[in-house]
Amino acid sequence: MASNSFLKRIDLARLIIAEFFVFLCITAVALRLNLAELITSSLSRIGMWSVLVLAMLPAIVSGIGPNFGVSLGIICGLLGGLTALELAYRLDEIVQFSPGILFLMAILFSLPFALLVGVGYGWLLNRVKGSEMMIATYVGFSIVSIMKLAWVFLPFTNPEMAWPIGRGVRVQVALGNRGLAQLLNNFLAIRIGEVVIPTGLLLSGALCALLVWFFMRSQTGMAMAAAGSNPRFAQAAGISVDRQRIIGTVLSTVLGAVGILIYSQSYGFLQLYEGPMFMPFVAVAAILIGGASVSKANITHVVVGTILFLGIQVVAVPVANAFTADWSSMGEISRKIIQNGVILYALTQAGGE
Amino acid sequence: MGAAPILRMRGISKSFHGTQVLHDVNLEIMPGEIHGIVGENGAGKSTLMNILFGMDVIHSTGGYEGSLEIAGKPVDIKSPLQAMEHGIGMVHQEFMLLPSYSVAENIKLNREVLKPNLVSRLFGSGLQSLDYERMYRDARRALGRLNVGIDEFAPIAGLPVGYMQFTEIARELDKENLRILVFDEPTAVLGESEAAHLLKAIQEIAAEGIAVLFITHRLSEIMEVCHNITVLRDGRVVATRKKNETNVLELAELMVGRSMQFNTNSKRQVQRGKPILEVKDFKVDMPGEQVRSVDLTVYQGEILGIGGLAGQGKIGIANGIMGLFPASGEVKINGEPLELNSSQAAIAAGLAFVSEDRRGVGLLLDASIELNIASGAMFGHGKFLKTWGPFSQTDRRAIRENALKYIKQLGVRCTGPTQKVRQLSGGNQQKVCIARALTMNPKILLVSEPTRGIDVGAKQVVLDLLRELNEELGMTIVVTSSELAELRSICSRIAIITDGQVAGILRPDDSDVNFGLLMAGQPIEKGA
Amino acid sequence: MQSKTTVLRESFVPRSIESIKQFLVSNMVTIMFVILSVLGYKVSGMTPFLFFMDITARISRNAFLVLALIIPVMAGMGLNFSIVLGAMAAQAVVIFVTHWGIGGLPGIVLAVALVTPLAALLGFLTGTLFNRTKGQEMIAGLILGYFAQGVYELIFLQLVGSLIPMSNPRLIMGSGVGVRTTIDLTGGLKYGLDWPGQYWGNDLLLRPTLPWTALGLSVLLALVLLAYQLRAEKRKRWSIPRMVASMVGIVVIAAWSIVQIRSNSQINWIRVPLLTWLVIGAACVGLHFFSKTKLGQDMRSVGQNRHVAAVAGIDVNRVRIKAIILSMVMAAWGHIIFLQNLGTFSTYGSHEQVGLYSAAALLIGGATVAKASIKHAVLGTILFHTLFIVAPAAGRQLFGDAQIGEYFRVFVAYGVIGITLAMHAWKHVLQSRSDAKPSGTEH
Repeated sequence: MASNSFLKRIDLARLIIAEFFVFLCITAVALRLNLAELITSSLSRIGMWSVLVLAMLPAIVSGIGPNFGVSLGIICGLLGGLTALELAYRLDEIVQFSPGILFLMAILFSLPFALLVGVGYGWLLNRVKGSEMMIATYVGFSIVSIMKLAWVFLPFTNPEMAWPIGRGVRVQVALGNRGLAQLLNNFLAIRIGEVVIPTGLLLSGALCALLVWFFMRSQTGMAMAAAGSNPRFAQAAGISVDRQRIIGTVLSTVLGAVGILIYSQSYGFLQLYEGPMFMPFVAVAAILIGGASVSKANITHVVVGTILFLGIQVVAVPVANAFTADWSSMGEISRKIIQNGVILYALTQAGGE
Repeated sequence: MGAAPILRMRGISKSFHGTQVLHDVNLEIMPGEIHGIVGENGAGKSTLMNILFGMDVIHSTGGYEGSLEIAGKPVDIKSPLQAMEHGIGMVHQEFMLLPSYSVAENIKLNREVLKPNLVSRLFGSGLQSLDYERMYRDARRALGRLNVGIDEFAPIAGLPVGYMQFTEIARELDKENLRILVFDEPTAVLGESEAAHLLKAIQEIAAEGIAVLFITHRLSEIMEVCHNITVLRDGRVVATRKKNETNVLELAELMVGRSMQFNTNSKRQVQRGKPILEVKDFKVDMPGEQVRSVDLTVYQGEILGIGGLAGQGKIGIANGIMGLFPASGEVKINGEPLELNSSQAAIAAGLAFVSEDRRGVGLLLDASIELNIASGAMFGHGKFLKTWGPFSQTDRRAIRENALKYIKQLGVRCTGPTQKVRQLSGGNQQKVCIARALTMNPKILLVSEPTRGIDVGAKQVVLDLLRELNEELGMTIVVTSSELAELRSICSRIAIITDGQVAGILRPDDSDVNFGLLMAGQPIEKGA
Repeated sequence: MQSKTTVLRESFVPRSIESIKQFLVSNMVTIMFVILSVLGYKVSGMTPFLFFMDITARISRNAFLVLALIIPVMAGMGLNFSIVLGAMAAQAVVIFVTHWGIGGLPGIVLAVALVTPLAALLGFLTGTLFNRTKGQEMIAGLILGYFAQGVYELIFLQLVGSLIPMSNPRLIMGSGVGVRTTIDLTGGLKYGLDWPGQYWGNDLLLRPTLPWTALGLSVLLALVLLAYQLRAEKRKRWSIPRMVASMVGIVVIAAWSIVQIRSNSQINWIRVPLLTWLVIGAACVGLHFFSKTKLGQDMRSVGQNRHVAAVAGIDVNRVRIKAIILSMVMAAWGHIIFLQNLGTFSTYGSHEQVGLYSAAALLIGGATVAKASIKHAVLGTILFHTLFIVAPAAGRQLFGDAQIGEYFRVFVAYGVIGITLAMHAWKHVLQSRSDAKPSGTEH
């Protein structure tokens, strides 16, 4: 009986993925790969993505489903980051911002964008109930592609961002010059042997998760969950379902914005143009792998999913390479198969109309 | 006649998820006979027809017991397609039409006239061409049999509902082997003259030798066209009558008659306080339960029952007051006008609602019992929260204490306050719903279908609970129920809703006949 | 007779104004793109020769793929983004046919013969998946495309050469494992259909010039229209203004062709791949025929309302699977046409945008998620690819940067799909709100 209900909770797809991860880890150990390096890069990869995966939570809980359009939030974050860098450049003569302040400024500047975009995006999603996932995907694609035009025309003057010749912002804007690269990763970083624990990065992910957790226990959070899991119940309880969905969308967008800044500081660059295009799919797949469905999710799913999915991505490449050098693309291929396989599986489980 | 019956249903029983909805139903129909089937909501009419039509809901829930015979041959109908092959046609309650097709294409839906072509000879009959000429001709002929001048080329979208209904009938008539035709509430969507035309058409169809099963709650229509009438109640055949051996009064009584013995609540009609809830010219646009114009007054401290047949609008009243469906008119609580179309306003005014759709509207199935109980007060009145300025956190301890109190008080059977509501039985779920409403500390409690889908023992408990709340706490309660017997056992007055209006208000000890007549839309003539 | 004509004459004037208005509103997207294309062409400063050469090639290359999307729309499954799988199947087959060194028209025929069962199998699997994700077919199709991309890469990047033995220095990477990232079909399948004579050493076989083709097409079109007008039932005939407008259009094209033929303009150097156009034409005729068959009617029935179709005895799931199989097979054929025209293709990228660009073209032609016809496909292909051709040049002219035009056309593709999807979903929500079962009489 107990094992039966356990099996029901951890369904087959997740079991396979978890086993695959365990298999990879055992193989990595057996092959005497550099474990310290693997653990270090796993930790930083997990920390990088944690908030982006977390951004899926309010979206699913509020009933709009996995936020395939979190690229909107990502773009808001990038805009915030660029604005902060631009401001720092313009004020260089007057004041030098410390990296920490600059990072907070980036977050601060991205918030108004994220709030505004989130409200508009939520309004749109309220009008297309039942097709949110497809619409969100294409809204994301459209915005990313129109932003490619915008990156060319936006009046940024900071030479660290602009192409030396031609116009527009670079494809990748380096954060190292102003000490932003690895800022959180290095904050309170702990070194155990060769393993580096990016304490600041993990802490900021945990802080965001904690805030979301508190939010979910507030009146608004409870109302949002009610609206998401049973809109008719919520309506009868005097909750405005549409409003809760907008709140969920805004929250998801804001987390997307914060998430990309945390991601970018670890990566060392702001990735513009194509950069945000396919990031939502990774985040969606991660939370689904963690055990969420398109209509149900909690913090545990975020944590488990981020560790499993991003852990696999880090470990798979060296393991595959250890077998044969020709299998260099194996990491990317397995990511594609797992990521999209899991999303497909979740779609079939949703049971359609 | 004296011929063999065209359709014979023997010992039909069916249960859904453990609830028996049909018990040993027998039915026989002769060719050319119009056979009426009447019964209250939930009497089993639609389940019986679903069995006859081989609908998927029957087979995906374990099939049925008993046997079907068509023209003396036993048959087992597994799909609508097979039903069609046996010559059974059905005019459904909702339209089964495709809006962008023409009338003719709808009439010939999946029975298109085909002609082979070169490709179909090579690649199979699926690629045969449609023979539009002959489809139009067939459609014209079928429509001609109904004496209606509908343009067979016209697309369905934009036609008046009456035409849609006739298109559906024409589709059935066009089936060459049609032997049995089922009409499920065919006049519900029609205006008076269209309804009259339809009844005439039904008689003509029967005159051609087709057996007609006519399902309706309009007893006058039954008396007008049927040869024989079967009355269903609680999934059983309570009577089969010839038309000239019965009358509307008897049918009404048979239909409503008490299925369970409850103590009639006759002594409680005296205490009448001041009006607490006044409803004037109230209209609610609830699909399938349209409220057209209701005037009703509820007095402090009473239990008012709202009864009537399904689809007449009784369910719409409470839903409209609670702001769940678009409503207009005037509602006053303690003399204060209530803002309509706002659940928030209704809750703030001290109303609490136990919905008829327990699993859909009443509960968060995947949330804990304690959370469900607290949710109404939390969302409606901001209770169970610790707040710091704009920030709030749920007060877990208060929620737990409140839940434990009600679990004990109402006797909810569960493993504990954190059990998921989905795992509870229907009766216990209903108790959670009531606990949720009580936690909101309402001035008026609106309860819809309190005993729907729960077993007999639990029914009594829920009803006793409502009575106790009323007697001991003086709570004003408005109960809406399809089960008249229940209403009569706990209410002090019972309003019967017919056609979206109050047909009359009766005492619980009024006669069955009076209840039956009001429900069937007939005026009460004498004192009876 | 008398009365009918008077009725016609009376209603002619007001109705035509009303219908023009309605025409403009319901074809807003298409009209907007016509204007955009014309403006783009003006701004780009392209010569007519370059433009017509490019558009001729692009129509031949893409039209068939766009046609592949029509059947699933008919069956109510929306835009079938899973046609990417059909394209992958086509590429897989093309790789093998190239490996065996069979080129020209025989190679094309072989590729078609091989890809058909493969695409049908993929279609069956995809259809089965779609039946388990009803209402979410489009997102499922999109994700399925990404998923299949992973599997495809696994096979051709990792397994070919290692588990699947294959050695061909033209196709396999230097390491011996994996298919090269670009494959050159020159001397093989390249122009196998477009230029069938090449295989037999006759360069000009089945390759008439563009003006002659246009002239031929307009005459054919005029004849077909007239024949229809004479033979069709009265109520199905085209209205007089519609007929006149179409005839004027046809005459303009014919006149243009004659002018070109009589001049010594460069346009006369442009040659049309007649066989390819015939195949596309046959697909159009086939689709038209198909829509009037029993299976076509079933698909439209299922597309309008699955429940009603099921009650009428149609096996909804089967019909939906058949729709996807047909679409997938057509996509595979279409992609073979695409590849032979392109001549070289990127092994791991050429199929990726097939779904996106085909869907965008169809929508720009005036189709919606619920309604698509051959007309939409043909018109959309022309408009979308016009934009594709002129956008970079226009970008360079306007902003000194061709990249901007490229960004713009990609945005247009995504944007038009996004907006159409949103509008369709919105309409659907409003509709289900308003016609939630007819209930009760309104006295």
